[in-house]
Parts: sequence; structure tokens; C-alpha cells
Amino acid sequence: MKASKGILGAAIGALLLGSVSAYADTIKVGIIGPFSGPFALQGKNFQAGVEAYMALNGKSVKGHDIEVIYRDLPAANPAQSRALAQELVVKEKVQYLGGVYFTPDAMAITPLLKQANTPLVIFNAATSAIMTQSPLVVRTSFTTAQTTSPLGKIATERGVKKVISAVSDYGPGVDAEAAFKKAFEAAGGQVVEAIRMPLNTNDFSPIMQRVRDSGAEAVFAFLPSGPTTLGFVKAYNETGLKQAGIKFFAPGDLTQESDLPALGDGAVGLLTTFHYAVSHDSPENKKFVEAATKAVGGAEQLSFPSVGAYDGMHVIYKMIEATDGKQDAQKAVDAVKGLSWTSPRGPVSIDAETRHITENIYLREVVKGPDGKTFNKEIQTFPNQKDPGLATQ
Amino acid sequence: MQTILSIAIDAFAYGMALFIICIGLSLTMGLMRVVNLAHGAFAMIAGYIASYAARDLGLGYAVAIFLAIIGTVIISIPIERLLYRRIYGKPELIQVLMTIGITFCVIGITNYFFGPTLKTIPLPGSLSQPVDIGFKTIAAHRLFVMACGGVVAGGLWFLIERTDFGIKLRATVDNAAMADALGVRTQVVYAISFAIAIGLAALGGVVGAEFLPIEPYYALRYMVTFLVVVSVGGAGSIPGAVVACLLLGAVDTTGRYLMPEFGNFFFYAAVIAIVCVFPRGFFGRAQ
Repeated sequence: MKASKGILGAAIGALLLGSVSAYADTIKVGIIGPFSGPFALQGKNFQAGVEAYMALNGKSVKGHDIEVIYRDLPAANPAQSRALAQELVVKEKVQYLGGVYFTPDAMAITPLLKQANTPLVIFNAATSAIMTQSPLVVRTSFTTAQTTSPLGKIATERGVKKVISAVSDYGPGVDAEAAFKKAFEAAGGQVVEAIRMPLNTNDFSPIMQRVRDSGAEAVFAFLPSGPTTLGFVKAYNETGLKQAGIKFFAPGDLTQESDLPALGDGAVGLLTTFHYAVSHDSPENKKFVEAATKAVGGAEQLSFPSVGAYDGMHVIYKMIEATDGKQDAQKAVDAVKGLSWTSPRGPVSIDAETRHITENIYLREVVKGPDGKTFNKEIQTFPNQKDPGLATQ
Repeated sequence: MQTILSIAIDAFAYGMALFIICIGLSLTMGLMRVVNLAHGAFAMIAGYIASYAARDLGLGYAVAIFLAIIGTVIISIPIERLLYRRIYGKPELIQVLMTIGITFCVIGITNYFFGPTLKTIPLPGSLSQPVDIGFKTIAAHRLFVMACGGVVAGGLWFLIERTDFGIKLRATVDNAAMADALGVRTQVVYAISFAIAIGLAALGGVVGAEFLPIEPYYALRYMVTFLVVVSVGGAGSIPGAVVACLLLGAVDTTGRYLMPEFGNFFFYAAVIAIVCVFPRGFFGRAQ
């Protein structure tokens, strides 16, 4: 009985070994993102970016087939994020990890990377500090500080001296408030008041009353996309602040393309800064939008996480090329340091020191197109912006 | 003074929007004794119907509201027959489990078919303009919400206190077995009250959409707010719900103006204080 069990075990082991060597030429990439739940649209955009890249650049690198495995993490949940990453590394034997929408989830994965000998390419999670957690992290998205900082100059150039800032009271909101304050004061402006609004605020008219009473010439805002943004922009229009000539500045998260139909005409004239607009005018972006729209299933669902994923896949492809399919995380990461290419968002490069993406930040205005739909129109470019959050550390 | 008046108007509008959505829940919980956590889900279904009618079919706002109420009530009929009838008079825990299950199903279904993005209900020009009322500019829509709230409160009071149906309803609530024995068809009374409650949820979902935007997670996002309003007002009491909504709306709005950083502190502090003094809510009846 015992002997037969041993033989059976050996046989199964042999089978498993056989199957591993037979598929050795398939390199697996594990992507973690919110594919269901309230943030499913962002996960869908991850997938669209990945699929668009593979459709345009083929499914193999140097003869190595690439297989993408998706894992669903519906909301920020560090413990589950870590478990999923472990499962991908141990059970699925992925050579690369990618995706990750929320900062805490990325933070939970970084301690695993060295032992797993796996690089992590972040498609979104936008807090500066992640990059310092592990030398095996590369990021192709943006940081809130990176997209916000140009607003300081923009505001003063438009003759605004006093601004009131109103941000949602959570990590990225506080980051945005600090980044704007620093940039605006450096440009000679003054933040007269800083309001932090609870995340579950439904009615923003009291906030607008405060904006009015503060005597500021403009309001700087940061809120997570979704119902809160809609409520905030509506209140801004309805309480007459727009007519009173109080300007509105915000990072581009507020006017992401998938939210514009809901914001409607009320969004026209809002000024935001961001690294990518779906309307960006370049041949690379045209090709990308076409492929990604097909993958996401509808033009109005396409938004910025897709471009982070697209460029993330570019970085992973370059890593596979450099290591020729062998698992060597450090070599893979070293190979993409300083890498520059033309992304759908414009010229970008991976900063050799911080491993964070250097990119153009655009000032965009929401305008109405000839078809009656609103879109983000790029009106000014701030070239080659690094992450100020990392530069100062 | 101007600021105080502005805040008072904002608070009143917000309170009235809450009232329209919550009064249906107050009726189901107080009169039918069903803890209906899926109440918000019905408000959301109505929002989707109205959004589809007004935005995609291009129908008028009034038509959209009407279609949303009728459509939601029709959708609720099989749900009432097959699911809610089983939990009338059952322990609260069973009701909570059943209705939260329904909520999750509705969230999943809407997410699957309509996607996770926000759905707006386009307002007619007359309601979407800011109106200058002397000391403040306010959206015409807010005035409309206040008027709706007044009409709903008055209409319900009349229905329950002054009509035949109201008498039967109150009899059924007080003692269903006795009412049944006296010839009141309690099943019909329940079905009609359920339909009225759902219809009110639908109305609230649509006219309140400017405050609480329609998206798949609507029912969960605002569940606590709805339940708090009902428990503070006293389940089943119309004046109670009016007072609770106006008071909580005022506390919330003023708190957010004076100290936005403290967020919900004032709201929940007020709730705790009120429930300590009135454990059954302002006008709750002893059970």
C-alpha cells in the first residue's frame, strides 16, 4: 500500500515536471486589479490597455509566448493583495507582476518581490512613497504631486492670487492639497483656506458657501471620481460660483473621460492637469484608442488607467527581451532604467534613479465637441515632469 | 444673516430630499414591520428607469418620473409576491438577511447590465437654472424638491388619517388577526401599502438624484443614512420623519459649513443624543 502510494506520487510528480518543461517557453504575467465591484471600470481599463498592447505588438517576445493571468481585487485590501500576489508567484509561477490600482495594495506586495525574484510594474497606484519600498518596483502611471504641481504656475499666470483648496479627506486628497499649496506658494500665490471634506459628503452647497465667503478668486479641488465629483461640480455650477467668476482648478482625476457624460455641460470650462487625455493628438494615441476601445467595449468607458497598463506592458515586454525569458528580477529592472519611448500620452521615460515614469503633464480644458459631447482638450504642455514627491526625498 | 439664511435654505432642500426617499422606508418599517434594507435598491431602479427614459429616449422629465414610479412598482410586484410575503411578521434578523440579499442581487444585476458609471437624469431647462431668490442663488431644482416633499407629506397624512383605506391600514397594523376577522383583507392592504412605499422610494430616487446620484452602489452607500432617519423620526410616523429629516439635514449642513473636517461628527452626535432621549424616535409608537 505504502509502496504503491509512493509510486503514484512519483508518477504524478513526473507528470507535473513534464508539463512544466513542456510549457517552459510560456512566460506568465500576473495582473492584479479591481475587475469587479465599484471600481470595475478601472480594472476593465487595465485589461483594455493590456489587450490593446498585445493586439498591436504580438503575443510573444523573442520566441517566448506571453500569458497574462488576471486576479480580481475589488477594493483596497492589503492582506488580500498580498495573498493574490503570493498565489500568482507560487502557484501560477508568474515571472512578472503588474497592475495594482490602490496604494495600500502595492505597499503590501513590495516586501515579497525580492524573495520571489519578480519585478512589479505598477499601472496606477499613485503615491510617491511606493517606489522607495523596493528596488524591484517600476511605475508607468503618475503621482498626484506630479499631475498637480503645474497648477500652481497656471493659476498665477491667469491672474489668480488667492485660492481656497477643497479636497476629500483621504490620502490622495491630502497629497493633492500639499502639492498644490507648495507649487502655488512658490509661484507667488496664497492659499487662503484649506478645507478637507469627508468622503461621504452628499450635499456640497455648504462647502460652496464657504468658498464664496472666503473671498478666494479660485477653488482648487480634489475628490475621488464618481458620485462625489459629480455632486461637487454640480454644486459649483448651481450655487452661482461659476457665474461669479470664481475659477476651478483640479488634477485630471476629476474630469476623467468616463465621468464626463455624467458631468454633462456643467463641466465645460473646467481646467485640469493630467498626464493623459483620450483626445491626445498623435498617431500613437490614435492606434491605441482604436485598439483599446475595441477591448474595453465602448468609447465612453475608456479612461486613464488603460494607458498606464499599455505602457506597463511595454515595460514588461522590454524586461522579457532583456532577460531572454530567464527569471532575473534585478536584471529586468536594470534593463528598463532610463528606457524612453513614445507612449500614446506623448514622450515618456523611466527615471533611472526613481524607476518612476517621467512624462508630459498637460493643461486641459473641458470643451464641447462638434458632436455635442464634452471632452478634455489639451491647451498647454509641461514637458518631462518628474515626480516632485520623490525628487525631494 | 445672509449666510445663515443660505444655509437654512440648503438644509431645508437636503432634508426634504431625504424625506421623500426615506418616508417609504418609514412606512414599511413602521406599518408593515418589515426591515426593508432593499429600499434604496428600489429608489435606484427608479433612477435607472428615469435616466433611460429621459436621456436615451428623450422623454420629458415629468414623463420620466411617472414611468419610473410605475416601472418600479411593476418590478416590485413579483418580488413582493415571491419574497417579501415570506418575511412578513418574521423575526427582524430573517428580514435583514433576506432584504440585504435582494440589495446585493440588484447591485450585481445593475452593474452587469448598465455598468458601474454614474447615470444622470437630465433636468428640463426650467429646473436646471440657478434662480436668484434675493439673498442667494439656488438651483430651481431644489425649490422643486422642497415642493415635492411638502406634497408627499400632506398627501400621506391625508391618506392614512382621513380615508377608508387609512383606517383599514391602521387596523391591520395594530392587530392583523383581529382586522382579518372583521373582514379587512389584510393581504390586499399589505400589498397596496408595499406598492405605495415602493412608489415613494421611486419618486425619491428620481427627484433626489441631484443630491444622491444614481449608480449601482446607491443602495449600500446611503443605507445607513436612510435607516438613521427612520429610527430618529420613529418608524411609521409621518411628522416624525419630517422633523427627523429637517433636523438632521440642518445639523449636517451647518456642521459641514462650520467645520467640514469633522465630517459626520455632528450628524451622528445628534443621532446619539436624540436616540438617548427618545429611544423609539421622535414619534415612534410603543410596540
